[in-house]
Amino acid sequence: MRLSCTVNGQRRDIDVCPAESLLFALRERMGLPGTKNACEQGECGSCTVYLDGVAVCACLIAAGQAEGGDVVTVEGLADDEGPHPVQQAFAESGAVQCGFCTPGLIVAVHDVLSHSPRPTDAAIREALAGNLCRCTGYEKIFDAVRSAAVRMSAEGKRR
Amino acid sequence: MTSFVQPVGLDEACEAKAAEPDLVPLAGGTDVMVELNFRRARPHGLLDLTRVPELREWSVSDGCWLRLGAGVSYARIIKELGGHAPALATASRTVGSPQIRNRGTVGGNLGTSSPAGDALPPLLATGSTVELVSVRGNRLVRIEDFFTGPKENVLLPDELVAAVWLPVGRGPQQFSKVGPRNAMVIAVAALATALDGESRRVGVGLGALAPRPIRAVEAEDFASWALDWDGGSGIHADVAARFGALVAGACAPIDDVRGSSAYRRHAVAVLAARSLRWAWQEYRKDKSCG
Repeated sequence: MRLSCTVNGQRRDIDVCPAESLLFALRERMGLPGTKNACEQGECGSCTVYLDGVAVCACLIAAGQAEGGDVVTVEGLADDEGPHPVQQAFAESGAVQCGFCTPGLIVAVHDVLSHSPRPTDAAIREALAGNLCRCTGYEKIFDAVRSAAVRMSAEGKRR
Repeated sequence: MTSFVQPVGLDEACEAKAAEPDLVPLAGGTDVMVELNFRRARPHGLLDLTRVPELREWSVSDGCWLRLGAGVSYARIIKELGGHAPALATASRTVGSPQIRNRGTVGGNLGTSSPAGDALPPLLATGSTVELVSVRGNRLVRIEDFFTGPKENVLLPDELVAAVWLPVGRGPQQFSKVGPRNAMVIAVAALATALDGESRRVGVGLGALAPRPIRAVEAEDFASWALDWDGGSGIHADVAARFGALVAGACAPIDDVRGSSAYRRHAVAVLAARSLRWAWQEYRKDKSCG
C-alpha cells in the first residue's frame, strides 16, 4: 500500500506492507536509521518517535496507521542553528555509553521537557521508565535531563 | 497479509468486520503489533480503528454511568477520568510506560483478554458492562460473563468492542498490583476493590490470579456483610484477614516465570486486606465529611 505522511517536516510517499511497523518503514524504506530497532515489543523505548505530537514506540505502530500523520524522529530535532539543547546536554554530560538507547532517550526527554520544564527526579524516573539503557548509564542520563531543563528554560525554549 | 482497512466511522468499521470477519482489529498496537513483529500471527488483514471518532469519546449519563469508548487511551484516562473512575485511572498509571499509555486502550485490553490485563480488575470490581457492536446491532455483556478463558472472550467474529460502561460516584476504589518493577510490568498479581455506599456492596476484581480475570464473590459477600456501613467503625484485624483469605481462596493461579502459585495467593491476600482498609478509611472520611 501507499503511505503518505510528513516525516521531519518533509512530505514522504512510499510503498509499505500494511503490517510492517512504522519503525521498519522509517529505517528500511525512508533511510532514517536514527530510530533504533531493539525489542520490537514496546519494552525498550529505543524506537521512540513523535506521531502527531505524541511520543510513541514506532515498533507498535503499523505503517498504515501513520497515513496522513506527522512523524518526527530524532533526526528532526536539531535545527539550522545546531543540535537541540537535549542533544547538546547528552553530549556534554556524557550520557552516552554504547549509544544504542540514546536516540530513543533524546526523543523521550524532549517530550518530558516539553510538558514539564523543570521535572523532579521522581518525575524524570517515571517519564523515562519506558527507555532502557542496558549499559545502565542512568546517572549521566539524569544529569543530562537536568542540564537540558536548565538550558531550555534559559533559552526560553519549550520544544 | 492482504488488506488494511481504515474506517472513519463506527458503522463503516462494523460493515468491514461483517464483510471480512478475519480482519484483526488494531488500535494502539501494543498487543497486535508484537504478534506481527515476531511473526507469531499472519492475519488476513488489519482493521485500523484509530480513525473511528465514536471509539475515542467518553461521556457520563445521568451522573450514574460512565460510557468509555473502547479507543480512549490510558494516558487520557489518567488525565481525564481520575474522578469518575478512580480504580481504572490508578490501574492505567501502572500500564507499561508513557509511550505505551499514549497508545494502549481499554478496548484492546478487553479484546486481548489476557488474565493479567491491568484495566480488567477495576472493571470487574465496579460491576461494569461491555458494549459490543456489529451490523446486527449492539449488545451488552456483564464484565464477568465476557471472559471465557485465557485470551478468550464472547466476541463473535463480526463484533467489535464499542465501549465499557462503569458505574460512577458510588464510593472509594482501590487498585494494587505486584510486579518486579514500578513500570513496564506484567502483573504478577493485581486486585481492584470498589465500595458502593448505596447498595452497601464491596466489589473485588482480580488479575493474573486465574485463567481469566475474575471476581472474588465470596470475599465480596463477606466484606459487604462485615463492614459497619451505618456506624462506620474501623475494620477489625480478623475481618481484614478473613477477607484476604477469601480473596486468595477465589484464585486459581499458575506457576510461571513471573511468580509461583503460592506467592501469588500470599501476595493477593496481603493486597486485599490492605486495599479494603484503605478504601474503608476513605469511605469513613467521606461519611464524616457528609
